[in-house]
Parts: sequence; structure tokens; C-alpha cells
Amino acid sequence: MIAELGLALLWMAAALACLSLVAGSLYLRSGKGDLAALVRPASVAQGVLTAAAFAMLIALFVRSDMSVELVARNSHSLKPMLFKVAGAWGNHEGSMLLWLTILGLSGALVAIFEKRLREDTLVATLAAQAALSLGFFAFLLFSSNPFKRLPIAPPDGQGLNPLLQDPGLAFHPPTLYVGYVGLSVAFSFAVGALITREIGPAFARAMRPWVLGSWIFLTLGITAGSYWAYYELGWGGWWFWDPVENVSLIPWLAGAALLHSVSVTATRNALRAWTVMLAVVAFSMSMVGTFIVRSGLLTSVHSFAVDPERGTFLLALMAIYIGGALTLFALRASSVAEGKKFALLSREGSLVINNLLLTTILALVLLGTLYPIVAEAMGEKISVGPPYYNKVAGPLALILCLVMVAGPLLAWRKDDGRKLWSRLPAAILAGSAVLFGLILFGGKVGVLPLLGMTVAGIVAVASLAPLWGRNLRRTPLPTWGMVIAHFGVAVALAGMAAESAFIKERLVAAAPGETVTVDDFTVKFVGVRPIAGPNYTAVEGTLIATTPSGHSFTLRPEARTFPGLMGGAPTETNEAALLTRPGGQLYAVLGQPVTGADGRADRYQLRLWWKPLVWWIWLGGALIAIGAALSLLGRAQLLALWHSHRARKAEGRYA
Amino acid sequence: MKTRWILFVPLAITALLFGAFIYRLTTPPETLIQSQWINKPMPLFDLPPATAGVEGLKSSDLADGRPRLVNVFASWCIPCRAEAPQLEALKAAGVPIDGIAIRDRPDDVAQFLRENGNPFDRIGSDVQSSVQIALGSSGVPETFLIDGKGIIREQIQGVILQEQVPQIVAKLEKMK
Repeated sequence: MIAELGLALLWMAAALACLSLVAGSLYLRSGKGDLAALVRPASVAQGVLTAAAFAMLIALFVRSDMSVELVARNSHSLKPMLFKVAGAWGNHEGSMLLWLTILGLSGALVAIFEKRLREDTLVATLAAQAALSLGFFAFLLFSSNPFKRLPIAPPDGQGLNPLLQDPGLAFHPPTLYVGYVGLSVAFSFAVGALITREIGPAFARAMRPWVLGSWIFLTLGITAGSYWAYYELGWGGWWFWDPVENVSLIPWLAGAALLHSVSVTATRNALRAWTVMLAVVAFSMSMVGTFIVRSGLLTSVHSFAVDPERGTFLLALMAIYIGGALTLFALRASSVAEGKKFALLSREGSLVINNLLLTTILALVLLGTLYPIVAEAMGEKISVGPPYYNKVAGPLALILCLVMVAGPLLAWRKDDGRKLWSRLPAAILAGSAVLFGLILFGGKVGVLPLLGMTVAGIVAVASLAPLWGRNLRRTPLPTWGMVIAHFGVAVALAGMAAESAFIKERLVAAAPGETVTVDDFTVKFVGVRPIAGPNYTAVEGTLIATTPSGHSFTLRPEARTFPGLMGGAPTETNEAALLTRPGGQLYAVLGQPVTGADGRADRYQLRLWWKPLVWWIWLGGALIAIGAALSLLGRAQLLALWHSHRARKAEGRYA
Repeated sequence: MKTRWILFVPLAITALLFGAFIYRLTTPPETLIQSQWINKPMPLFDLPPATAGVEGLKSSDLADGRPRLVNVFASWCIPCRAEAPQLEALKAAGVPIDGIAIRDRPDDVAQFLRENGNPFDRIGSDVQSSVQIALGSSGVPETFLIDGKGIIREQIQGVILQEQVPQIVAKLEKMK
């Protein structure tokens, strides 16, 4: 009965989305208030019912109900519980339902908490959100019903792609989805504001927490995804510029640009049309990304459900949403005066440059991702690889970081160039120290990594500048947030540059008892032993790594074999072993056995990397997310009240 | 108020993008991956026997002057069972066939041969798929047409169909 109940809940939720859309549109036409009163409760109920349907799906996976096609195809009764639950969204139908659940819950949150907007703008926003949901409901109910029963239940299910059987990856898609779908609220706000022509600071302040919130999740999702690819795929890299990675990066870039421009609109009532435009673009890019991954339009090293039929359905949906929003934008944006004027050398000016750089990087990454499609339309087969992206995005990102140095130190509206220089000596000193240190002692370092580390030094010091001479207890949370996030950028940049400049690699075929050196480590290959996991078998290698100071650490990389699905070939995965040291990470992968001349497999391929500062990349990502979270906390009204209360108390105490 | 045309630029770009998407969706890409080894000699390999009673396979076996087939298969591969009658027919037409068993176990291979017949002269066991990867083969079953000098002339991906049997015999005849 659970499956039938889930389907019924979905239909009810879809009907409520329809009601919100119709009542909202009629109200916006006629201005009759009693219709508007329907929209809020309908939005809340829709969100709750969709979430309940999703809970039903999880229940089916937890119970391993193999009479449901989706469960039979994507789960197995022997799987660990975590992966049973994750199986609910580790597939096409389930992830679309998760998408709809987050879409519905965000609509419900807007309906409950949003107090800053005019009634008609709020209704228009909720109606836009309902329209978005309705399309995806149609998609789910007509073309990919997750609750479909099988005529005959199989004895057991097929399992889940072994590569995806990792705790990190179980939570990776939901995290990214919260980010993507959070941007849908910004999109709906933009559409709502365009319909009622209310674009100004109130609209920007209402939108800002949603942008911040979804950007936090996108940052966490991308950081975690990068770390997952790093330790699970066993190739030792942390970013591959794979289409699937790019389509998560593109909305993140749009979100970063939007985050900064919405601040300008909220504080200075400027850049209004641009903010609206970015809000439309950010969510559009989330949809395009999901579409590209789901439709099989681009092939990728990551395997996902691929189905061109569904691709057509999604494409039609997106054409309506994105095309509709952009048409509305083209017709209405010119009636939005651009707002207050400012000089180029000002906080606003630096944010405009930041936005231009971010959107240029976005366009170049999008171009690289889609170019193979366009080239193939012209009869050429081309794949665009890391060299292109590193060449085009690297230098722009460094310039962006330098803008980031200056921006927070500039005053709003108009500033003086000489005054800016006077605020920078410490940062320039730090940068020069790094640069000269590397030239003198760094050995042969490429130009881009060298510049990267120098800029990281400058940004690290300059990002702290907004705190100088301030009473730290009274510094507002959003300022703390900005400082920490910008410092995080410096940390991540330093990690990326140091890793690419100083990485050491050894690939050897070693027999048990042999010793290999990589950088300062002596690594002894003790031997291998077979082990059995819950649903795989593995060969586990034992390595003892010794530092020059004599400390020893044991590393246990594994080569796992998962039994084939439905009689198919077994799948092998590599679990890298990582030794984290203050200066970086030692990364060990156990490869294939090597057959000697006598036909005996007595040696194993070992791949060892010393990756200096590599973990700074993810530390930086985490700091960026923490900074954004502090800004969000500071922007939430309740906390702002609490903070000012505390600040007043503190003032009373020390004054 | 006057509408500014520049505001339509994003819409135009989106329309172009969607044009490309529609093109790609309506003309799905070539999914077959052709080996880079066509018209090149077989990569060097030396595979142990896949099961008792049948010789293993090494690349030098393939250059004995007789054009032949090398069939990449596995006992766990369902389509390979469907292909077995066509291989038998080719064998009956006098075509030499060698096999490479991918990620297989000796007992399973023996079982497979008992159930589906054994058209193979030799079967090499490719436990790590290393020869398969070296050949640029992307799945099972897959069949390579090799001329008498051990040079790969053609690659057939997937099951050999009944109507392909005479064509293959004719092609191998021409290579003699």
C-alpha cells in the first residue's frame, strides 16, 4: 500500500500546485484579495505532501520492497542500511522526486516566513514557484513514476553502482540539489518582481538569504564531490573538468556573482536589472546542468541514468521556464531604472568587475562543456580537456582574486585610489615574500602556480584587513562571514597552486618487503591479504610510511571487487589510502598484480603520490561555506536582533 | 516605455543553445567506439589457457597466413550465448576462430562451452581485461577480423547476426 499512497500524495500535491498557480494568476489579474489568501496555505500543503511522498519512497527502499520497479532496479536486500536509504535518490526517478520535494519545501518556507515583500509580489513569487513544480510533477507522473509496481516481484534487486556506494556520495546529490533548488526560489523571486515591477532593496533583501543558503550548499556539494573523486576514483586528482563537475560549477559561479550583486541592490539600490538577470541565469544553469547529465547529451566518466526520451520532456520544460523568464526580463527590465549612480573606483565598481569576471569564467566553462555538441553538429568530434579550462579560467580567477583584495577595502559610491594603496602595504609585503621565497628556494615552478601562490599570500593578508582596527566583538556577522570566506579562497588557492607545483609521483611494481621512496617518505610494502566487505571482496595492501624524523604510519589501500549485477561482469574500485600530514597528503593506491617471467603474480603495482598542501583545497572550500553561513546567520532577522541586543549590552558594560 | 533590444540578447543566446540541444537529441551521437587498431597489427600479448583442454592464445598465433576471427566473449555474457550458433556456422564454413575470455573462471568457461558448443581453436584467459583494453574493445561480445599477417581489418561490435555470417566468410576469403 505504501507505493499507492505515495503516488496518491504526489497527485494531491500536483493538484495543489495547480491551485496555487491558477489562484495566484487570477489574483494578479483582478486584484481580488480572497484569491490571494488561498496561495500561501496551498503552497505550504503542497510542500508537505511532496515531502510525505518522498518519505514513502524511502520507506519502500528501507523495506526492500522488490515489487516496486525502482527498488528492484536500484537496491538489494543485502545492502547496508545507509545505501538502502541513499538508493532512494541514487537513480533518475528518485532524484527527480527529491528535486520536487526540495522545490515544494522551499515554496512552503517562503510562504510561511517571507514578510518583507509586498503581497502581490509574494503571490507572484509563489505562483512562479508553483509553475516550476507543476512542470516537474508532470514529468514525474507522466514519464517517470517512481512508485510503479512490477507485475512479478523478483527475488532480489540489482544493487547500486559500486562507485556510488560511498557514504560521501550518498549525501552528495541531496546537498547539490538543495543548492540547485534553492536557486529556484531566487528565480521565482525574480519572476515575481518582474511581474509586479517591484525591484528594489526590499526585493533584494528577501532574495539574499536564499541565494546565500543555496550557495552554501553548492559550495559544500562541490567541495565534497571533489574530495570524493579524489579518494574514491583512485586517480589522485581533485578536479577533472568533467561535464558533470562543470555543470555543478557553473551554477556556483552564477550564484557567486548573484551573491555579490544582490548585496549591491540591497545596500545601494543599484544593479537592479543585472541582479534579476543573474537570478534567472543561476537557476537556468542548474536546470541546464541537470538536463545535460540526465539526457545523455554529453558522455561523462560518471555514470548516471541516461534517457533521450526524458531529455526531450525536460528540454521542453526548460524552454518554457527559461524562455519565459528571459522574455519577461527583456520586456520589463528596461522599465527598471538602474538605480543609484556610483564611481568606478568604489565598492560597487569592484563588485561590477567581480561580476563581469565571474560571468566571463562561467561563459568560458559553459562554452568548453557544450563545445563538443556544437562541434559535432558541424561534423567534428572534439573533446575539450583540462588544458583549455586551466588556460582560460586560471588567469581570470587570479585577476578575480586581486579584485577581491581591493573590493572590501573600498568605500561605497566613491573612493580615492591613493587611499586604497595606503590600505594595502601588509598584503603586498606578504605577496612579495611568497614570490621571492619561491623564486629563491622553490626550484622550478610553473608561472601559473607561482602566481597562484603569490596571489594567495596577498589575498590571505588582505582578506583580514576589514577587521583591522575594529572592535571584533561588535563587528557584524556578515563582515566576519566575508572575511572568513575570502580567507578560504586564499587557502584553497594556495592548496591548488602548491599541489600542482610540487607534486611527487612514484609508480612501481613492488614485491612484499620492498621499499620505495617518495619525496621525504620511505614506504615499505609489507604485503597483501584478502578481506571481505558486506557486499564486496577486496585485496588489502599494507604499507608502512616512515618520515625522516622516524615516525611510522600504516596505510591500507584496497582494491575492491563487487560481484556483477544480473550476471554481468564484476566491477572493481580502488580505495586509496591517505596519510594526512601538516604539509600535505601521502596518497597510496594498490593496483593490479604483476605477473613475473615465471608466470607467478608476486608483485603489485603501487602508485604513490606526495601532494603538498592538497588538503588546503577542501579546507578552503569549507571556510568559504562557513563564511557564507555566518553571513546568512547575520542576515536572518532574529539573529540580527539578538546580536544588536548583545552589542548594546556589551556597549553598556564597556562604555 | 521603449524596449531596449539588448535585453533580448540573453533570450537569443538561450535559443541558440536550445537549438544545439534539439539537434543533438534528434540526432543521437554515434555510440559505437571503433578501435584505433583497425589496419594495424594485433597488440602483443600472451594469454594463458582459459579452461582445461583448450590452448591459450598469443598474438603470434594469429599470423599463420590464414585469415581468422578473434572473438572476445565471456561466460557471464548473455548475448554471447545468442551469438554461439553463428560462430558454429562460421566454424562449419571453415573459418578459424580464436577466443579471448574476459574476466572469467576456468569452470565457468568449460560450462559455457558444454552448453553452447566450442567453435574455438584456442581461448586465452584475459582476467584483468588488459588485452581487451589494449584492443580498444568496449564490451562483449566483440569480434575482430584478422588477415593472414595478423593485422586487424575489421571490428564487429555486439552479436554477429545470422545474415552477417555469409558476409564474414566472403570477407575472410578475400583476405587470403
